[in-house]
Amino acid sequence: MLTRNYLFIFFFLFLAVSLEPNSSKILSETMGNSSSMLTQYDIEEVQQHCQRLFSQQEIVSLYERFCQLDRNAKGFISADEFLSVPEFAMNPLSQRLLKMVDGLNFKDFVAFLSAFSAKASVQMKIKLIFKVYDSDGNGKVSFNDILEVLRDLSGSFISDNQREQVLTQLLKEAGYSKDSYLTLDDFIKVLGSPGLKMEVEVPVD
Amino acid sequence: MSTNQGKLKPSSSELDLDRPNIEDYLPSGASIQEPHGKLRLSDLLDISPILTEAAGAIVDDSFTRCFKSNSPEPWNWNVYLFPLWCFGVVFRYLILFPARAIVLTIGWIIFLSCFIPVHFLLKGNDALRKKLERVLVELICSFFVASWTGVVKYHGPRPSMRPKQVFVANHTSMIDFIILEQMTAFAVIMQKHPGWVGLLQSTILESVGCIWFNRSEAKDREIVAKKLREHSQGADNNPLLIFPEGTCVNNQYSVMFKKGAFELGCTVCPIAIKYNKIFVDAFWNSRKQSFTMHLLQLMTSWAVVCDVWYLEPQNLRPGETAIEFAERVRDIISVRAGLRKVPWDGYLKYSRPSPKHRERKQQSFAESVLRRLEEK
Repeated sequence: MLTRNYLFIFFFLFLAVSLEPNSSKILSETMGNSSSMLTQYDIEEVQQHCQRLFSQQEIVSLYERFCQLDRNAKGFISADEFLSVPEFAMNPLSQRLLKMVDGLNFKDFVAFLSAFSAKASVQMKIKLIFKVYDSDGNGKVSFNDILEVLRDLSGSFISDNQREQVLTQLLKEAGYSKDSYLTLDDFIKVLGSPGLKMEVEVPVD
Repeated sequence: MSTNQGKLKPSSSELDLDRPNIEDYLPSGASIQEPHGKLRLSDLLDISPILTEAAGAIVDDSFTRCFKSNSPEPWNWNVYLFPLWCFGVVFRYLILFPARAIVLTIGWIIFLSCFIPVHFLLKGNDALRKKLERVLVELICSFFVASWTGVVKYHGPRPSMRPKQVFVANHTSMIDFIILEQMTAFAVIMQKHPGWVGLLQSTILESVGCIWFNRSEAKDREIVAKKLREHSQGADNNPLLIFPEGTCVNNQYSVMFKKGAFELGCTVCPIAIKYNKIFVDAFWNSRKQSFTMHLLQLMTSWAVVCDVWYLEPQNLRPGETAIEFAERVRDIISVRAGLRKVPWDGYLKYSRPSPKHRERKQQSFAESVLRRLEEK
């Protein structure tokens, strides 16, 4: 009889542990296994990895966001989960960005976003833009690479011919030809004005 | 509300017709100023505003915020508060929960022992049967509310049974329906669920005149619209209750209302429901937990405290479209219940945004380029 009462009590307490939202936090802290939380050491490691472009508070906020998007705590965010954010899915360059962020772990996720920090240099931002254009990663952006990005941006509202014409003309005016390959230095030359704004604010509560 | 965690399907283009221009709501950021002057290579290569928008969406977006559960801050991890919290847990799980489970069981026994005879023996006498079933459904809903120690404050005049009127409310969880049903027996339109909920839907709720839809079937919309129209015209049908958001939202925000409820040619009576977060987070996050777990969570918390406001009935104004009418009613409900409005369609939880939005952005980019090409 006594053991049956104990069984009932254990059953109810087990229910409590599974239903109470705070119990998992307390359990993981008491058992010393805080895999769902960031330690100070983790935060500093991530900060080091992103060249200190985010403050520690911002990294904690980004971690909350990362866990929110990564639904089954796999340690990375899948392409499907990124596309479940409608604002991201509607962006014309979403597929290109997906190739760069799909499957990143938290450290690399923060490193990717660090180009959008207010403290990042203009060169870092242009480097990211270059990477978006240089989809095969060979360090050179060809005429066709630029055409493809233009196609993503303008869709069916400009004809292919018109796009080629406009691009050839603008390249000529800037001193390049249709067959020239643009390197990162060329991009810095063309885009490197101090007015280049590419910043995202991380909400910190 | 179905636990559909598989593939996301592209949404049918019909869903977009419900939505006014999202661009009016979204922060335009760098695209505020229209670029002027002669087109240069740097303008063509500079994709920074578009990348900023994408990164901004990754870091924080207003759609995901609508479906975030508000878990209470842990106040109990402290050497003297922790035992108090433990005592609270023990009290809730070992005393309150069994007591509530007993109350609910008694309620079910009374309900079933009255409902089954009434349903089968009074097959001929429809009017009396309907009246008795209505009373019984209100009774079992009261038992449910009691089983969570529900403290519901109703404000405003009670709904009356008149033809050509529908009720709309904001949606936080399936318990919205139970809370409203205990006061008046509504005929609600719901997603058909699997499991024991589905069983209840097809047996008991059928008797109150509820209508079922299936979110995943495209043709379903027209059939449901027809059923809605037929029901609202009938004089002795139970008043129709519709949740135009189409999905559960976390009681801090409200998503776009679907226009279906607003084009039936009836008076629309808005109802606002607001839960008090201090006692329990009543949001049913259907992605995170099943309805059974949600009910168990409610039954093991201290209480479910909420306010229900029955607001002034609204009619379609001359020259107003159904979408504008829906927005106006959403405004009324959001102001009353203290909800923030977001311009998203709730169904984006289950499907991708249609390509029309991306096309709109592409169009504005193309037009800007072509225009500046003309400038010398």
